Amino acid sequence: MSHHQLDARRILCPMPVIRTQNKVQGLAAGDTLEVICTDPGALHDIPAWCRIHGHHVLESRQQGHEWIITVQVGASAN
Amino acid sequence: MSTPRKAVALISGGLDSMLAAKTLLAQGIHVEGINFFTGFCVEGHTHAIRKKDQEKPKRNNALWVAEQIGIKLHIVDVVDEYKDVLLNPKHGYGSNMNPCLDCKGFMVKKAYEWMLAHSFDFIITGEVIGQRPMSQRKDTMPVVARESGALDRLLRPLCAKLLPPTLPEREGWVDRERLHDFSGRTRKPQMALAAQFGITEYSQPAGGCCFLTDVSYSKKLVDLWTGRGTREYDFDDLMLLKVGRHLRPRPHFKLIVGREEGENRFMEGYRHQFMHFQTVSCPGPLVLADGGALSDDDVLLAAGLVARFSQGRDAAQVDVQVTDTLGVSRTLTVTPRPAEQIPAEWYV
Repeated sequence: MSHHQLDARRILCPMPVIRTQNKVQGLAAGDTLEVICTDPGALHDIPAWCRIHGHHVLESRQQGHEWIITVQVGASAN
Repeated sequence: MSTPRKAVALISGGLDSMLAAKTLLAQGIHVEGINFFTGFCVEGHTHAIRKKDQEKPKRNNALWVAEQIGIKLHIVDVVDEYKDVLLNPKHGYGSNMNPCLDCKGFMVKKAYEWMLAHSFDFIITGEVIGQRPMSQRKDTMPVVARESGALDRLLRPLCAKLLPPTLPEREGWVDRERLHDFSGRTRKPQMALAAQFGITEYSQPAGGCCFLTDVSYSKKLVDLWTGRGTREYDFDDLMLLKVGRHLRPRPHFKLIVGREEGENRFMEGYRHQFMHFQTVSCPGPLVLADGGALSDDDVLLAAGLVARFSQGRDAAQVDVQVTDTLGVSRTLTVTPRPAEQIPAEWYV
């Protein structure tokens, strides 16, 4: 299991979701991905995308004007 | 038990595509959704930037629909490929810069490619005959099927009974009798079907889901092309057309004036790409100058406008910092330009 980061700052939804989706395609079940966003819409969209595809949001936190969403890739990834 | 046939559904986030997918799910078809991001999609963008929109739901409706009906949704970035659709629409534009029929053909073509790549059997859309004046007419239905390459693997569950049977119907994968015969602009059949499925909440985009159907956005896009002398654009251009007040005081440059804190913050990400202005003696917006090289006169004109849109608009003089694309700054002291010296035609 490995940990990855994705810079999705200064892009607007749905781009953070698309970048997350594309990144997750190359990860294995159990891997974690930390997505850094500036569009608060990602706080809704990334968890929705995760629920649909069987991934898990481990944490969402705000740091200044940025939001960091940590996703764990699910067993039935992609 | 045989493996269920698989359909990829174009999901826009509206009710029709939701019902089309739900109709097939009810027949035991495995459905997954696909949604294309052209860069002109209304979803989310400006809501996320402007404070006045902060209370609107920020959800992506396509994702929301997929979750409600329990299907996967694949969102595909087609920004680059979409340029050719916008710039060279074989079937022309609608009332604004919307190439609706070409757009539909393009999206079905992309869905068809996805279908082949993922071993799915057919494509479904929420199209209804007569629903849209340009892209959803009886005579355009075969055009989309033909030009996309999908041919009879394209099924429109909401109006299928008004069209010749498609492959999924002829092969018995789908029961044609349980499809629909909706037509025209009325929404009543859709609302009745939604009630039948127990769907009580759905999005009803008033002006469609594409910025290209918007008069103001289309004007800004055409102005961008005119100002540059070419119909080229990139993704950043599309984003910036959605934010700020746009003024073109001279043919070779325009100013993008942040209207509030959220827009200013968003535009900060573009400072390194544009000459930009900000008042220093009083609060004011971030202003980006988009265009060719600005002469000293142009810079002074722009600074006067920047001062005009700042809180120092009534002051005798305002200090405005100008920073070029190399990051070199200088401060100009200017008189805010009087409102009566800003012709209406400068506003894009």
